[in-house]
Amino acid sequence: MTDVPEAARRIRSGDPRALARAISRIDDGDPAVIEVLKALHADTGRAHVVGVTGPPGSGKSTLVDKFVREYRERGLTVGVLAVDPSSPFTGGAILGDRIRMQSHALDEGVYIRSLATRGHLGGLSGAVMEAARVLDAAGFDRVLIETVGVGQSEVDIVRLADTVVLVSVPGLGDDIQVLKAGIMEIGDVFVVNKADRDGADRVVREIRSMLETALVNGASPRALSGTGAADRGGHHIAFAAREAVSSHGYGDAHGLPPVLKTTAETGEGVGPVVDSVEAHRAALAETGLLRERRLRNVGYELRGALGNRLLARLGTPDAVSRLDRLAEDVVEKRRDVYEAVDVLFEELC
Amino acid sequence: MNDNEAIRSGFEAYTEGVEKSLGKFPERKKKFVTGSNAPVERLYTPLDLEGRDYLADQGFPGSYPFTRGVQNTLYRGRFWTMRQYAGFATAEESNKRYKYLLEQGQTGLSVAFDLPTQIGYDSDHPLSQGEVGKVGVAIDSLADMEILFDGIPLDKVSTSMTINAPASVLLAMYIAVAEKQGVTPDKLNGTIQNDILKEYVARGTYIFPPAPSMRLITDIFEYCSKEVPNWNTISISGYHIREAGSTAVQEVAFTLADGVAYVEAAVKAGLDVDEFAPRLSFFFNSHNDLFEEVAKFRAARRVWARIMKERFGAKNPKSWMLRFHTQTAGSTLTAQQPDNNVVRVTLQALAAVLGGTQSLHTNSKDEALALPTEDSVRVALRTQQIIAYESGAAETVDPLAGSYYVETLTNRIEEGAWDYIRKIDSLGGAVKAIENGYVQQEIQDAAYTYQMDVEAGERIVVGLNKFQVKESAPEGLLKVDPAVGKLQEKKLAELRGKRDAEAVRKSLADLKTAAQGSDNLMPRILEAVRRYATLGEICDVLRGVFGEYQQKVVL
Amino acid sequence: MDRKIRVLVAKPGLDGHDRGAKVIARALRDAGMEVVYTGLRQTPEQIVQAAIQEDADVIALSILSGAHNHLFPRVMELLSEKGVNDVLVIGGGVIPEDDIPFLKKAGIAEIFGPGTPTKATIDFIRANLKR
Repeated sequence: MTDVPEAARRIRSGDPRALARAISRIDDGDPAVIEVLKALHADTGRAHVVGVTGPPGSGKSTLVDKFVREYRERGLTVGVLAVDPSSPFTGGAILGDRIRMQSHALDEGVYIRSLATRGHLGGLSGAVMEAARVLDAAGFDRVLIETVGVGQSEVDIVRLADTVVLVSVPGLGDDIQVLKAGIMEIGDVFVVNKADRDGADRVVREIRSMLETALVNGASPRALSGTGAADRGGHHIAFAAREAVSSHGYGDAHGLPPVLKTTAETGEGVGPVVDSVEAHRAALAETGLLRERRLRNVGYELRGALGNRLLARLGTPDAVSRLDRLAEDVVEKRRDVYEAVDVLFEELC
Repeated sequence: MNDNEAIRSGFEAYTEGVEKSLGKFPERKKKFVTGSNAPVERLYTPLDLEGRDYLADQGFPGSYPFTRGVQNTLYRGRFWTMRQYAGFATAEESNKRYKYLLEQGQTGLSVAFDLPTQIGYDSDHPLSQGEVGKVGVAIDSLADMEILFDGIPLDKVSTSMTINAPASVLLAMYIAVAEKQGVTPDKLNGTIQNDILKEYVARGTYIFPPAPSMRLITDIFEYCSKEVPNWNTISISGYHIREAGSTAVQEVAFTLADGVAYVEAAVKAGLDVDEFAPRLSFFFNSHNDLFEEVAKFRAARRVWARIMKERFGAKNPKSWMLRFHTQTAGSTLTAQQPDNNVVRVTLQALAAVLGGTQSLHTNSKDEALALPTEDSVRVALRTQQIIAYESGAAETVDPLAGSYYVETLTNRIEEGAWDYIRKIDSLGGAVKAIENGYVQQEIQDAAYTYQMDVEAGERIVVGLNKFQVKESAPEGLLKVDPAVGKLQEKKLAELRGKRDAEAVRKSLADLKTAAQGSDNLMPRILEAVRRYATLGEICDVLRGVFGEYQQKVVL
Repeated sequence: MDRKIRVLVAKPGLDGHDRGAKVIARALRDAGMEVVYTGLRQTPEQIVQAAIQEDADVIALSILSGAHNHLFPRVMELLSEKGVNDVLVIGGGVIPEDDIPFLKKAGIAEIFGPGTPTKATIDFIRANLKR
């Protein structure tokens, strides 16, 4: 049995064992942890959550390691959640991001946790949002989330981070194309890592020109900030209020988000990236956009949670056989798909 | 009907006959493979070598492309160098072991350093705790090196030092000891391993990132070509790549791709290829599959010769020659029934000799259990002597040449190696291929496949997954006295007290300045060593300027 | 609930021979476990902190340098200093038979020498988890 007040107390005091255990329970889907999370709810909302995403091989772990160092030098505490993929065949996973960050293992102002996606489609662990809340309640000033960097993780991360750092790297070629599609909706701070390689400046120019094109094509960026845009999962609020935020030192005078070069191996260029993240944070806070962003994100979360609960109901043996019978009805043309869903919905809700 | 047609029809008749009898006399397995999982046919005939050209592919010993060996008489002139890797705890003990081995008829020294030395930490560094003197000798400063070679005339022996990231420092110490013996550098013979690229992928004793590491290496090439002309400046090593689980083809390919990277770096640094290439040497593994291993050595010589002549335009025939040291495969030794290891080592050593190695280390039977005892080291050395004096394997040059099987394997390994080298070139060369984890991934996949094959019983390891017996714990294993660490710490404290502190400080400051610029670092390192700056102090200066390598892990 | 076994695979000491550690990491992954690999040259302090933060059920130590008698007991000492007593600690590598009783007394649950099938390690972990 979990002693809820005791567990919550230990988490609030930042006890790494208590944190670690709570995150495991979240990850394992242990219902016992829900009471603890409820008890911690009032203590959340203080940490600034930074998502770090980008394709595999872009050096995200090394970059996160250097962000941690930079934040520690600035006197801030940091929690890190690093996500790696689970094997779809065995459910196991090798979590190797920590290797890059082991130099912080003995620093009590840093907590690092590796998580596996465990089949979560978005390329983020399903537990990541709650885990971030636990770190928030534990008093970490910044929570860094490193995504897998494939699949839908970019879309997922914008639904849960306050600031998203999008990492690219010269020489991967195609990823720029992938970025193109959704670049407007993803990044708040753009980083071209491995800047010592040939082609870094070209990548910077490409990203800038994509951002400019997006800005121009969007006609009035403000138009993007409507509710329809939120449904596309966007972070374009940054654009919507570009005049407001650029006065806080985030982005350039035209409201374009910063595009910065780093060499994570040596730490070169990391300071300015953290400056930009912090400027973005300040701008979000002072313009009220932080609240807007979080409202939208919690909206997503509520939808997701509701969906999960419905799915859970579908998972009971009764529901499964009901579903099978309805499927049979559809195949045998006794009902159409829409009718079948109506029936299910009536019964579940 | 010409010969080949006659052979072909004979082969068809043979195959038909075999297939008829297979129902009654089935073969042991469906698929036969080499130790590296390459397919093996039932029979090899001249048909397998159709279209090949003896002179172009094999030629004669001592001539391009050196498939049949780099020396024209090979072991009829003199045997390979029997060189047992050894180094224990303190310089004093190791010195005793070297003298013993020289008395036993060993012809070259091979120094094993402990891990703190290999990673550039002094014995009193926190990370050195528990490691001092464990896998080799602890060397903190010139003072230790003086003891290590006390009474051993350095102009009379050839010394191989297994040292990589701090190779320049240990070489400088060797030169400084020789100076004190009155031996000038041009009289020195030996080898430093100095191969950082395989450290990143397989062995793990790296310090600095690739770029400054390559600079340290090319500095050594340049310095030695002028000052220590008989020194083998690098031993480009496939040994550890194979130990990490690679196949034979990968061992050749990744080693030679590393070699290409070193040559390119040196050429880029302004050296003339024929100035340093004759001093490049190689280090390979000798594994269990006798024929595949012999073929591997032959293929490696041929590929390297072609690389040096055709790709780098080297003119000096010595630049085309792949000379190599071999060690039997430590990873094949079993902790179970350790006496069986003597037999494994014998087969592996025979492969190395039939493959034309220049020097050989034979592993001791107890190495899967602990560091070898003096008795087991002697048996390992005797194994070489029996092959040399009793087996007849050394009486003619390249005795397996012309075997349809061995020539086919040689051709296949060469083709496989070229495929990998092309792939690595397309990734931007060995350094890039290592930085992005390609090489590591290939090796690990092979290692994992091997392990799973053993566990599934598809690959038999005698005494391990077949023919097991109940065993009692082996006795008489070598133990390293844990007090060694304390002893080294004490020696260091004394040294720091009595050396000229100002001279040390100045020599280290000069080294730092040089490291920040582009001058050759060897003279600066030599000066610091002469002043009794410690290995850790010298490496710390370089860490400060160069930074440290972050391991690229691929799983 | 979907309880996964989490294993921290660590290489204490300075040796760089990680073939065994990597093979076992992959085998544990293929057995459905979540494996955190810490890389080379880890101090006992780093290993214990990582195990706590990762909430590891198991710490698997691999060493080939001969420094096990110093480093393994140190890991156990630090765990008990931190009040951690529900983590299964196992070891592997080139470890002489003579040293095993000492290491077990220090709290290492089992030592897996060269040639151990990965399946033996997997079965041992499943049978001996402390929570």
